[in-house]
Amino acid sequence: MILAVDLPYWAQSLLRLLGGTVAVLLPAGTIVYLFLFKMMSFMQSRLGPMEAGPYGSMQLFAEVGKWLQKEDIAPERADLRVFRAAPIVVLMSTFLLVAVVPFGPDAYFTNFDAGVFYLLAVSSISTLGILMAGWSSANKYSLLGGLRAAGQLIAYELPMVLAVLGVVIQAGSMNLQTIVIKQNSDSIFGWDGLGFPYILTQFVAFLVFMIAVQAELTQTPFDMPIAESELVSGYMTEYSGFRFLIFFIAEFATAGVFAFIASVLFLGGWGVPFAWFGWDDITQVDNWMNLAGPLIMFTKMMVLTAIIMWVRFSYPRFREDQLQRFAWKVLIPVSLVNIMLTAIFKVAF
Amino acid sequence: MAKPKVPGLIKGLGVTLGTMMQTVKPKKLGGGAATVQYPHEKETPPIRARGVIALREDNCTSCMLCVRSCPDWCIYIEAHKELAPPRRAGGAPRKVNKVDRFDIDYALCMYCGICVEVCPFDAIFWSPEYEYSEPRIADLLHDKTKLGEWMETVPEAPALEVGAEKKKGK
Repeated sequence: MILAVDLPYWAQSLLRLLGGTVAVLLPAGTIVYLFLFKMMSFMQSRLGPMEAGPYGSMQLFAEVGKWLQKEDIAPERADLRVFRAAPIVVLMSTFLLVAVVPFGPDAYFTNFDAGVFYLLAVSSISTLGILMAGWSSANKYSLLGGLRAAGQLIAYELPMVLAVLGVVIQAGSMNLQTIVIKQNSDSIFGWDGLGFPYILTQFVAFLVFMIAVQAELTQTPFDMPIAESELVSGYMTEYSGFRFLIFFIAEFATAGVFAFIASVLFLGGWGVPFAWFGWDDITQVDNWMNLAGPLIMFTKMMVLTAIIMWVRFSYPRFREDQLQRFAWKVLIPVSLVNIMLTAIFKVAF
Repeated sequence: MAKPKVPGLIKGLGVTLGTMMQTVKPKKLGGGAATVQYPHEKETPPIRARGVIALREDNCTSCMLCVRSCPDWCIYIEAHKELAPPRRAGGAPRKVNKVDRFDIDYALCMYCGICVEVCPFDAIFWSPEYEYSEPRIADLLHDKTKLGEWMETVPEAPALEVGAEKKKGK
């Protein structure tokens, strides 16, 4: 363990809770301020929020304060219990996702062999939350948005699963920690200066994964379900105040967590190539990697979310039929071919 | 040699990236945002901006053309006749209209500029001044003193183009 003292179970749980909250909220806040407020403004030749704090850095707190003050409104004919539970379900899926992401040799919440399987299963819980929100709002826009979201999220879940399979075949493990260690301890034809990040061999899978993530997050080229100009934000139409805030946090926290997962699967995760420091395997990795690891992960996450947001701010929206066609006729065949090739190479070498 | 064709998707990303770089670049190097941080720094409107309507009271003959041409009837004029000294020695004293009241209700005005167009005596002008909002809507009815003060903000008419017809008369 990283800690010299053995903590009682309740203290460990408390620490995990705290760590989980930080791992979810910190990326969300950073993404919203740096990318949603600032990068988007710069790309539109304006400065964005400048009043709250230096360069508007306290704007987020102002926004959260504003949302918390708002009245908690629910439509008269809404299915109240489901209506209120929906945002929590969506946010819960984010917290469950972050539980398997390793941030260092010992810095993880859980570490188990079915990690990839678990995260793919858990990521679809948010679909459930969105459907709940869309149905229970008793609003035609919400219902349309919810149905579109369900169609889209299920369609893009498949290429995501298939893209991840390539990595799983190559690593020979579904354990995320093992995947990270493999990437950093392997070598490219005997040269170990870079480890062996799977983006080199699985570049197609990486592309498919990032596109599917973009769609899973309903970010702009795939924002048909929330389409603010025609569906008035889709399943979020009837939400205000605190509950809208939770949807908002969940959207960007999930972006951060998916970027974490992408960097674990394709970019070598928390590790540096073990050869740099003469480590042979995970048991020799120094303890300071538990502190450096989260920073490395955070940096990779920022780069990936920057790309997600950049694409979001640049492209116009897909039409519903184009969106479905793209998933079923392009992404899924491509990732199937990728799996086949990976399997062939795996057997051949 | 034809340039290699860049896919539109990549080009689009390039445009947004370029705009971002341009915005982040310091002002000294010709960068900066297209917007202005309004209350801290003021935008200079173009000289022909339709900010507010100013009045040169001396030129007004209260002919009521502006009042009648105003589509939403936001100009109010009251006047009386006065005798003015004759123009030439020995002539009869002239009768002139003296404006008592010249109000424009900016809560109604829709900035169409017909009054400025229609004024035959160069008494009404466009000014680019734009900061005259009021907390109460009734306070947007401005009288001739206020309209006269705005005369100072009216920019000089731009020089005529070479070969343009000179304005006749005084």
